Amino acid sequence: MNISRRNFVLTTGAITVLSALGLQSPAVFAQSSVPVKGGTIRIFLSDPTVLVSAISSAGQTALISPKLFDGLVEYDNDMVPHPRMATSVKLSDDARTLTIVLREGLKWHDGQPITSADVAFSALEVWKKFHSRGRSTYASLESVDTPDELTSVFHFSKPSAFVMNALFASEAQVIPKHIYQGSDILKNPANTAPIGSGPFRFVEWKQGEYILLEKNPHYWAKDEPYADQIVVLLVQDSSARALAFEAQEVDAAGGMPVSMADARRLARLPYIEIPTTGNEAYGNNHFVEVNLRRPYLQDVRVRQALLHAIDRDFMLKNVYFGFGTAATGPIPVTMKTFYSPEVPTYGYDPQKAMALLDEAGFKPDAKGKRLSLTIDPLPLGDIYSAAAAYMKQALAAVGVDLTIRSADIATYYRRIYGDYDYDLTFAGASALTDPTIGVQRFFWSKNIIPGVPFSNGSGYSNPEMDAILEQAAAEPNPQKRIELFNKFQTLAATDLPILPIADAPYFAVRNKRLKNAEVSPFGFGGSFSNAYIEG
Amino acid sequence: MPEYMRFMVRRLIQSLLIIVGIVIVNFVVLHLAPGDMADVMAGLDGGGDANFTQELRKQYGLDQPLYVQFVGYIQHLMVFDFGYSFTRNMPVLDAILDRLPATLLLMGVAILLAFVVGVILGMIAGSHAGKPLDTVISLLALLGYATPLFWLGLLLILLFTIHLGWLPSGGMKTIGLRGSLVDQWLDVAKHLILPAVTLAVFYLAIFVRLMRASVIEVMGQDYIRTARAKGMKNISIYLKHVCANALLPVLTMLGLQIGGMLGGSVVIETIFSWPGLGRLTYDAIFSRDVTLLLGILFFSSVCVVVTNLIVDLLYNWIDPRIGLK
Repeated sequence: MNISRRNFVLTTGAITVLSALGLQSPAVFAQSSVPVKGGTIRIFLSDPTVLVSAISSAGQTALISPKLFDGLVEYDNDMVPHPRMATSVKLSDDARTLTIVLREGLKWHDGQPITSADVAFSALEVWKKFHSRGRSTYASLESVDTPDELTSVFHFSKPSAFVMNALFASEAQVIPKHIYQGSDILKNPANTAPIGSGPFRFVEWKQGEYILLEKNPHYWAKDEPYADQIVVLLVQDSSARALAFEAQEVDAAGGMPVSMADARRLARLPYIEIPTTGNEAYGNNHFVEVNLRRPYLQDVRVRQALLHAIDRDFMLKNVYFGFGTAATGPIPVTMKTFYSPEVPTYGYDPQKAMALLDEAGFKPDAKGKRLSLTIDPLPLGDIYSAAAAYMKQALAAVGVDLTIRSADIATYYRRIYGDYDYDLTFAGASALTDPTIGVQRFFWSKNIIPGVPFSNGSGYSNPEMDAILEQAAAEPNPQKRIELFNKFQTLAATDLPILPIADAPYFAVRNKRLKNAEVSPFGFGGSFSNAYIEG
Repeated sequence: MPEYMRFMVRRLIQSLLIIVGIVIVNFVVLHLAPGDMADVMAGLDGGGDANFTQELRKQYGLDQPLYVQFVGYIQHLMVFDFGYSFTRNMPVLDAILDRLPATLLLMGVAILLAFVVGVILGMIAGSHAGKPLDTVISLLALLGYATPLFWLGLLLILLFTIHLGWLPSGGMKTIGLRGSLVDQWLDVAKHLILPAVTLAVFYLAIFVRLMRASVIEVMGQDYIRTARAKGMKNISIYLKHVCANALLPVLTMLGLQIGGMLGGSVVIETIFSWPGLGRLTYDAIFSRDVTLLLGILFFSSVCVVVTNLIVDLLYNWIDPRIGLK
C-alpha cells in the first residue's frame, strides 16, 4: 500500500465519520458477532522479566504489556494508525516535528490523569534511555514541548519519518511520570506491578505460576473491555501447552507457543484454530548469517552456492510443517509497504552450487569434500536446530561438510556477537514495523558493535549499502523511502551477507470460543479490549 | 552428653567449612561459562546500541573485577543478604522463599510416597527372593527407573486429563478459586497427584531395589534363624527383626534424597508447570543470573549438610554399635 499522505490527522471528525459508517470507534476493525460481556480469557506466556515494555523490548513482555498500557495509536492491517490514547498524530513535512494530541479524560489505573507531561517524560527519560530500539529511534529527539495538558510536540534534530511506524503500545509506551520520576527506573517496583492505562489492570503475579489481570472499570472506551479478567498461565514447556490446549484449559497463546508439529495436530481439533492473520507486525525472518571475516566465506560465489544447495520448499514442508514461505530477502513478505520480490533469487540447484564452488576454487578432494563449515543454530525453540539438521544433509550433497554446534543462549550470544567466533549461524529476527527499526541493524556497517546481540554480526561493510540505509532513515518522503528500500533489497540479495531462508511469522494457537483476539497486525500482542469468550 | 556436644561442635565447624568451600567453588565455576547476564538480557531485548550491553553490566555490577564481586558477595552473605535477582526483579531471598513451599510439598510427598511403597514392595520382594513375585516387582522397579520422567509425565497427562478428565494438566492450583481452606487444600492436592506420582515412580525403584537387597542380607543372619527356630511367627519376624535391621541402608538413601530435595526436579516442574526451585535453578543458569544461582546453591548445600548431620545422629540412635565419630 502506498502511503499517499504524510500527515495522519485523526480528528474527532474522522472518528464520527467512521462511527457513522457503522464501524464502532475505537474498534475500527470488523467484529465477528455480538460481544459477550464477562468471562475469563486464559493465555500462555513464558515467564517475562518485567511487565512494562517501555523499558524492555523482550518478546514475552510485548505480548502482555499492551493489555496493561494503552498505545498512542493502534495500527490496522495496512499499517495505518488509528486513534487510541492519542486522537491526533501529525508529522511535519520535514519529518522533524511530531505533534501528539491526547484524548481528554484519560486516567491511570490509580486515578491520576494522563497528561502530555507523562508523554514527554516517557519519551525523554525512558524510550530514549532504556528501550533497546528506542535508543536508536529517538536518538535525535532533542526536546518535547507540552503547550497544554493534552498536546506534546516532539522536536527531532534529524528527519525521523520512521517514528510514525513506531507508535504502538509496546514500542512507544507512555508510563506514569508521577510513579517513575525520581526513582531508579529499572528497579522501580511498578515494573512488576504496573500502574497502567490499558483495558486491564494488574492484580497479582505469582512468579512461575500465573499473572492475573482484571477489567479496568474506568477505561475510556465505552463497554470495553468485554472480558472480566485475563489469566496468564506461565507454562514454558511446549508439550504441556499442547496438552492444555487439547484439554481446553487455555484459550490462546501467541509467539509460536507450541512446536509446529503440535500446531498442525491441534489444528485438526474442531475447537482449535491457527489464525492466518494477526502476526504481520512481528513478521519473523529466518536466515543464515555468514561470518564474512572468515576468508573462505568472502567469495560471494561460495555464499550463492550455499543458498543454491538448500531446497527451501522441502524445508517449508518438512521442517516448518507448512508454516511460512520462502524468503527472498531480509524484508519479510508481511511488511507489505516495503517488500519487493524484484530481486535476484537463488533457487534450489545443487549442480549450480557445485559449479560455483568449483569456480571459487573449492574443488572436491578424494572423498568429495570441498569445504568444512560450522553452523550455530539460535537456541530459542527447536526450529533453528531442526533447520540446521536439514542443512547439514543438503550441503553434504554438494560437498560441504557442515558441523552443528549447540550452545545455550548466553554462550551463543558471546560466540556470534561478542567474539565473532563462528562460520554460519541459523537465526531469526523480527523486521518489526519498519525496516529502519528492524532490518537496518544487520546491514549497517556502523552497527558492528561487539557485545550487542542482534547487531551486525556478519561484519558486512559496504559503503553503497550504508548510503542507502542512511538516506532511507533520514528521508521524509514515504514514496522515496520505498524506492530506497527496493534498492536495499536488491543490493542485499546481490551481496548476500545474509542468506534468506524463510518468512515464518510467529503463529498463534487459539480456541475458537475466543473472539476478536487478532484484530491488528500485532495479534496476541494487542490490547484484547474487544476480545471476548463466546458460549 | 559431653560426647554428643563434642560431636556436634566438630560437625558444625566441618559443615561451616564445607559450605564456605561450596560457595567459593560455585562462584568460580559459574563464572567460567562464556556469556553473562547482560548478554542474555540484551538478547531478550533483541539487541541495542554500543553502550546498551555495557550499561546493563554496570547496572548489574558485572563490570567490576571478579575478586571484587566475590568479596562483595561474601560480605553480604555474612549479614544474610543474598543479593538482588535482576532476571526476577526481586531480592534473591524472596525469589527462593517464594518457591520453597511448593518444592517442599512436591518433593516431600514424592519421596515419602516412594519410601513407604518402596519399603513395602522391597520387603515383599526380598522375602520372596527368586520366586515369581520377586521377579515381577523387580521388573516393575526397573521399568520405573528406566522410563524417562518427561515421557511418563506426558503420558499420565494424556490419560488422566485428556481422556478421563479427572485431573488438571498442570499448575499448582486453580486460579481464582474461592472457597474454604479445605477446598483450597483439596485443589492443591488434585494438582499434586500427577507430578508427585510421576516423580515417586523414579525414587520408588531405588528404594525397592535397596530394600530388597538389604532384606535378603538380613534374612541370612543367624538371629533370624534363631527366631524361626524358637517358633516366632513369620509376620513377627519380619516386623520386629527384619524390617528395622534392613532399614539402615535405606535410611541412608532417604537421607540423601531429602538432602537433595531443594534441587527440585526440573523435568517434573517443567512438564507440570509446578513452581519449584528446580525450574528456578534451570532458568537462572540459562539467564546467567549468578546471584540467584549462588543463593539457591547455598540453601541447597545447607539443606544437604543439615540432613547428613541428622541422619548420622539417627544412625547412632537406631544402631548404637555405629557410634558417633
